[in-house]
Amino acid sequence: MKRHTTWRTRFFSVQMDMRAIRRMGLLVLAVLAACLLGPSLGNTMLSPVTVVETMMGSGSGANEFIVNNSRVPRTLVALLTGGALGVSGLLLQGVVRNPLAAPDIVGVTGGASVAAVAFMTFGAGAVSIQWIPLAAISGALLVSTLIYALAWKKGVSPIRLILIGIGISAIMSAAVTFMIIVSSAVTATDAYVWLTGSIYGASWSDIFTIAPVIALGLPLAVVFSSSLNAQQLGDDTSAGLGVRIQVDRIVVVFLSVVLAGTAVAVAGAIGFIGLIAPHIARALIGRSYGALVPASACTGAILLFAADLIARTIFYPVDVPAGVFTAAIGAPFFLYLLFRNRNHF
Amino acid sequence: MSVEAKNLTFSYEKETVLRDLSIRVPEGEITVFIGANGCGKSTLLRTMARLIQPEKGAVLLSGKSISELKTKEIAKQLSILPQGPTAPEGLTVEQLVKQGRYPHQSWLKQWSPEDETMVENAMEAAAVTSFRNTPVDDLSGGQRQRAWIAMTLAQGADTLLLDEPTTYLDMAHQIDVLDLLHELNEQEGSTIVMVLHDINLACRYADHLVAMQGKSVFAQGRPEDIVTNDMVKQVFHMNCHIAADPIFDTPMVIPYGKGRKPYGAIAAAEAE
Amino acid sequence: MKNRMAPKRRRVLTLFLIFFLFLLSFASSLLFGQTPITAGEVWKSFSAFNDEATSHIVVQSDRLPRAVIATVVGASLAVAGTLMQALTKNPMASPSIFGINQGAIFFVVIGVVYLSLSSLVSLMGMAFLGAALAAAVVYVLGSLGRDGLTPVKIVLAGAAISALFQSYTQGILVLDEAGLQDVMFWLAGSVSGRTLDMLLPVLPFMVIAMITALLLGRAINLFITGDDIAKGMGQKTLLLKAVIGVIVVLLAGSSVAVVGAVGFIGLVIPHVARFFVGHDYRWVLPFSALLGAVLLVSADVLARLIIMPQEVPIGVMTALVGGPFFIYIARRGVSNL
Repeated sequence: MKRHTTWRTRFFSVQMDMRAIRRMGLLVLAVLAACLLGPSLGNTMLSPVTVVETMMGSGSGANEFIVNNSRVPRTLVALLTGGALGVSGLLLQGVVRNPLAAPDIVGVTGGASVAAVAFMTFGAGAVSIQWIPLAAISGALLVSTLIYALAWKKGVSPIRLILIGIGISAIMSAAVTFMIIVSSAVTATDAYVWLTGSIYGASWSDIFTIAPVIALGLPLAVVFSSSLNAQQLGDDTSAGLGVRIQVDRIVVVFLSVVLAGTAVAVAGAIGFIGLIAPHIARALIGRSYGALVPASACTGAILLFAADLIARTIFYPVDVPAGVFTAAIGAPFFLYLLFRNRNHF
Repeated sequence: MSVEAKNLTFSYEKETVLRDLSIRVPEGEITVFIGANGCGKSTLLRTMARLIQPEKGAVLLSGKSISELKTKEIAKQLSILPQGPTAPEGLTVEQLVKQGRYPHQSWLKQWSPEDETMVENAMEAAAVTSFRNTPVDDLSGGQRQRAWIAMTLAQGADTLLLDEPTTYLDMAHQIDVLDLLHELNEQEGSTIVMVLHDINLACRYADHLVAMQGKSVFAQGRPEDIVTNDMVKQVFHMNCHIAADPIFDTPMVIPYGKGRKPYGAIAAAEAE
Repeated sequence: MKNRMAPKRRRVLTLFLIFFLFLLSFASSLLFGQTPITAGEVWKSFSAFNDEATSHIVVQSDRLPRAVIATVVGASLAVAGTLMQALTKNPMASPSIFGINQGAIFFVVIGVVYLSLSSLVSLMGMAFLGAALAAAVVYVLGSLGRDGLTPVKIVLAGAAISALFQSYTQGILVLDEAGLQDVMFWLAGSVSGRTLDMLLPVLPFMVIAMITALLLGRAINLFITGDDIAKGMGQKTLLLKAVIGVIVVLLAGSSVAVVGAVGFIGLVIPHVARFFVGHDYRWVLPFSALLGAVLLVSADVLARLIIMPQEVPIGVMTALVGGPFFIYIARRGVSNL
């Protein structure tokens, strides 16, 4: 059987791994299925047909509220946020060449958490809670810029970026714990829920926040995938191949920060997806970054969708934060992959 | 295309490694840098490959300063194999060699017919085709080095820089790799510049030998012309006898230290 | 590379300097607190203990235990971290990679929320149980497959198991808000309210593990050159890995049981130690132990002073004190393990 297939026109040419294409197809199908399943499942079960009818605007009034105002936005936010986190983690692991890297390492989670929790602790009452996402993303950008600047010394090396990131992230999480302890019990619980990450109450405005970021970020990530492929051979070799390492590194890290920062702003500090989605994608479709970008997006999307589905159905009427379940379902699956590929790690 | 270094000065932290060094690499020939550890030969090679920027001076590619050229344009003309490169776990030989096409690709043109031919030819030339689907980290040292050379070949540059390509290889594999480079030079007319530790292999394969000492070039020219007792003493700080290689008639350096006492003609010469 | 190879004399000198710093921080731990106690009184509480004098009681029953526990735990965590980074050949590794912190936290939370445990001693037992269980699972998972224990596998298995336990913990705490406040302080780690009685049951294990660790320096020097070279030199790498694993569990598991999750030390101190002495683990290990003790003891002193009369969790303080210094070192140039 042929391993690769090639498409070429006069201006365009690309080669793809057959197995990767098939698996990619399955992932995309799974995401599409989630789009239908999400609005159907819940306390009131609706058939997918009803869902589609309602979305087209010909359903009953009660269903219309559940579907259009609650379940559809929630499903989409889960998929988009998960996808953003998956790609963000992939980019970062690619840049620093370390399988443990996740968006937390460049301060996205730390910065966003400090800003959000500070907002809840000190700004409570004075400023509207609506501004938390803005505070979060500003915090993320600020702290990651700080990390990058501190790691800069005639360029940034992966190891220095990781170490500075670890240092700053530790300080940030210490600051968060500090604030939670000095704040009141109510704020502490709010903060804890935010830190766990939840997409309860997702709205259309959340979608309009994150959709453009994904729409721009994903293609840009694909553009930089060949540079990332080359970077895996080490700084010297890739520089010899003509990769503008320092330029590409800044762009890719920035892209990763924006993707994760937006995700965290919308859904809180949802952990684990950025770390694990790229590994699952790699186990499924191999190591070419061109294919890994969409695959990580799909994997992340499905993970967060499934986590949120469990979170809002199993303990109904309690709405458990989705962040609780990202690891609960992601980790076992990942361990299974680890076991299956135990001779290849 | 010609490669030329002009008045290069380079230091790590405070320690100067190259001082006002100029050199012109002869086109279509094999140039070998030799010298003691820490004499700056690797630094020179890395500067020529724009992996590090000199403090002063410039590297010229066909007369144009390398710092003014786009890095992808440089990569099309000049490829570098760094010392002891490592491939990510599980990367196959073919996947590695394909990376060599990076400078020729854009995000629209990812896999042109030319890419495909160049990769096949490179694997053929380096004789790695038969294990193209084997992960690089499963190969033996010699095979692995050939896979990396295949990657630089796929780049399609007519100048190849190699930093100690024979380190960690057994003697048979050293010859194997050097023969491969020699063949490339003969058949494709590639310009090859490399750092070697073994002065005898350097004499055998080099058209142009560059001996480095004291942060600069000590001597350069045909091995026959420059390899002398005095040069070896200055550059490597060691005594030697120079004979003619019985097979190739290139200079053959036979070192001696304090270990065993020389006998015969050399002992007599020493005594004088 | 050259300047990393500091001459032996400089190393010994640095070691003494750090030891002096340690004495200084230990002394201030006895002197400073809500009410400063004079050096004379502290001395008298040792030489002529008077059970009527509040200051004597404070020193002997509160400050001394804290200082001792902080010393032991700081040294243990730092050495465990050093071993962990050597074992996984990953500069981002720390004892928490074995799932030790998250495993312990999960068991403590179960103890508090479902078993209604409240005494620190019973929670300690739960914590150690959780830490050991998590580490065992990670070790087994990381050892599956043809090549046995590989850095990548153990790191990934550890990350997954930690995340799994963390998600269970978060789930329980989100559903049970009352439990959150109870365990929050413990989650962040604290040496307050600990007595020497709590340290005693685990102390023998820690001491044995620490001594073994310090003796492993030479073996680790060989081990980090790579599995193949080490095997070639006649090292039983599988055995060594297992021994390192057990030591890490004993050191870090006991620490987390006594003081809760203090994360930063195991990750950062190894880098600081290598910054001072390079890659010779015969030196890196004792340096780590001392530096870890200095950091935790001085963090504890600051933790009681900074927002008196409240106390900051020590985990927070270690990061706030050690973080900036670590960043400085990372910028100066840390070698890649």
